[in-house]
Amino acid sequence: MRKTECLAMILAGGQGSRLGALTKKIAKPAVPFGGKYRIIDFPLSNCANSGIDKVGVLTQYRPLELHNYLASGSAWDLDKKEGGIFILPPYAREKGADWYRGTADAIYQNLNFIDLTDPEYVLILSGDHIYTMDYSWMLEAHKMNKAEATIGVIEVPWDEAPRFGIMNTDKDGRIEEFEEKPANPKSNLASMGIYIFNKSFLKKYLEDDAKDETSSHDFGKNIIPKMLADKARLYSYAFDGYWKDVGTIESLWQANMDLLQDVPPFEINGDWKICSCNPSMPPHYIGPDAKVKNSMVSEGSMILGEVENSVIFPGVRIGKGAKVTNSVVMPSTVIRDNAVVDYAIIAQNCEIAEGAKVSGEKGAITVVAEGETVLTEAGSKQAG
Amino acid sequence: MKTVMGIINLQEENSLIREMTDRRAVESMPFAGRYRLIDFTLSSMVNSGISNVGVMLPDKPRSVLDHLRSGKDWDLARRHDGLFYLPAPQQESTIRKGDLKNFYHNLDFFEHSTQKYVLLTSGSFVYNIDFSQLLRFHQNTGADITMVYHTVNEETTGKNVVIETAENGLVTDIAEKPAVYDGSQVSMSVYLMEKRIFVEMVRFTYEHGGQDLLMDGIIRRASEYNIYACEHDGYVAHVDSTAAYYKSNMDILQPKVWEELFMGENSIYTKVKDEVPVQYKETAEVKNSLIANGCVVRGEVENSILFRGVKVGKDVKIKNSIIMQKCDIQEGSLIENVICDKNVVITKEKWLKGAQNYPLIVTKNVVI
Repeated sequence: MRKTECLAMILAGGQGSRLGALTKKIAKPAVPFGGKYRIIDFPLSNCANSGIDKVGVLTQYRPLELHNYLASGSAWDLDKKEGGIFILPPYAREKGADWYRGTADAIYQNLNFIDLTDPEYVLILSGDHIYTMDYSWMLEAHKMNKAEATIGVIEVPWDEAPRFGIMNTDKDGRIEEFEEKPANPKSNLASMGIYIFNKSFLKKYLEDDAKDETSSHDFGKNIIPKMLADKARLYSYAFDGYWKDVGTIESLWQANMDLLQDVPPFEINGDWKICSCNPSMPPHYIGPDAKVKNSMVSEGSMILGEVENSVIFPGVRIGKGAKVTNSVVMPSTVIRDNAVVDYAIIAQNCEIAEGAKVSGEKGAITVVAEGETVLTEAGSKQAG
Repeated sequence: MKTVMGIINLQEENSLIREMTDRRAVESMPFAGRYRLIDFTLSSMVNSGISNVGVMLPDKPRSVLDHLRSGKDWDLARRHDGLFYLPAPQQESTIRKGDLKNFYHNLDFFEHSTQKYVLLTSGSFVYNIDFSQLLRFHQNTGADITMVYHTVNEETTGKNVVIETAENGLVTDIAEKPAVYDGSQVSMSVYLMEKRIFVEMVRFTYEHGGQDLLMDGIIRRASEYNIYACEHDGYVAHVDSTAAYYKSNMDILQPKVWEELFMGENSIYTKVKDEVPVQYKETAEVKNSLIANGCVVRGEVENSILFRGVKVGKDVKIKNSIIMQKCDIQEGSLIENVICDKNVVITKEKWLKGAQNYPLIVTKNVVI
């Protein structure tokens, strides 16, 4: 295979257990987002738009739908003769098989793939963040700093800093200290889970880590601290755009709602196209008595009732007199006449019966899991 | 259906729809918010299992080529067979008019294809048909040619091929007429025949001075063939005039037609654009309309069709109109009974109004 400058590896094997009912049947990166996308569309489109044309996607938990979705990668223009998308689930070897035991182990187990593509740099991404970012600038910074590793960081509000991995840097951005979820943070620069490593440097640390039986094989917990302890050249790369970890029901709901602002927090409709597998559906139809306000609605939906502050995915039916407010309704769900949905996330292929009620509240979003039917009522906390 | 190859003839005369076909073929006219007319025939073929399709290019082929490209969006970018473009011969090589010369000059393509049957269609119809039923019908009747027709329920003018049939579907008369009446059986320009018959028809007719495949090859020689016809009772529109274009677009606003054409088992495919879902803002008010992805709506829209990427400003009122891709309708404008072609900008507080039966057409890239 031709030599590659930068290979991207997307960690997409996580279960996303904090998303509860939404990830019962699918991996977190395959969770629908933003009216037509899935979470993994963001890192994949970022790669394609940044000129990275070899992307490994590491899958493990419930990969079927994710594999099906990624297919040949053509949706992201990643169906290339040389390169493109590589789907990398765990595999068996002569002495048995292992699951990916951590983020670092997942990459370690694919070192032979990395050798095959022969990159200068390896970009490691996670499949559960919503953001648009040009990785080529980060790579430029990495080269300018003559760094061995560069970590993407973002400023978070000080009171939230204890929830993140926090980087303490010097004035040039060189990382001096890394603290995982510090009680008293010294800085508010949080790791975005985006790393660029020089390939040979990364390989050495992964091989050492694999031999360490006490390690939990995690980049944040083991690899980065080890590198820092060795006084390696680790730099931070500050990102100042929109970035959201959608690992919980509340944050997923909030990130969807963020798109409804009069001027969305990041340009979703600009030159930096977010690509996805487009369903072959007609423009949506808004009925004669419908009311649609402050919402996003996608193809193939038929809206006969009221929709406000909501995100509606393709192929959704909303019946006459039905009211959907402050909610996210995922593909092919049917909300029958006079049903009421408020502060809820309704997953794919659900049915909300005529006159039924699904209601949550801010801070306690109700979730209806994939394929469920709500006959009368589903309320506060998580149904299904 | 592996034994059938499809041909889409894009050589249709389009004098009745001139304003919008100045720079494009009728078949590549934008339709129903995100499609081009040719998508309906092409998708029907693909869904029926046809995997070898030849497209007879029109005189202005750019928009068709730009739309179809490799055929990937219709699953026609194949290692074997797939999508083929059949260009018209160089003008100086012939002085004859009509589409027959194009078939004649592309006979190689037909002879080299492995399929036994040829399905000849036009690209200016709106329908969603499973052609495999047509093949079964053709094989059962032992016909030389099987055509598809629909029964009209209103009087219209404009050139139409009208047929008369016996009870078993045998065509007893076929003729081009200037008007049709309630109950007329009108051809949908779909003809299925064995390739052997098709090739002989093209060769013989052309070499004997013919110009038009339909007129000289089929209608004039109808008595030589055993022609049967099969009725299509679903939705059909033939877009051959501005009025028909406007009416058939508005038909899609009936949920029944929308469901039948697009939401059944067989989808209609088109070139993918990766537009974001429609953003309805606080002041949006939309009723009985079809809105395509990429639109941002802040004003009022009623009984209208917005194509991909249209911007509707605050206090705008759009009624009974068709607004094509990437138009920008700015604050306070009033638009009624209007067809805006692509990339039109209507600046602040303009009033544009056509008549119900004669929409005002704003041509491509105009700024008002």
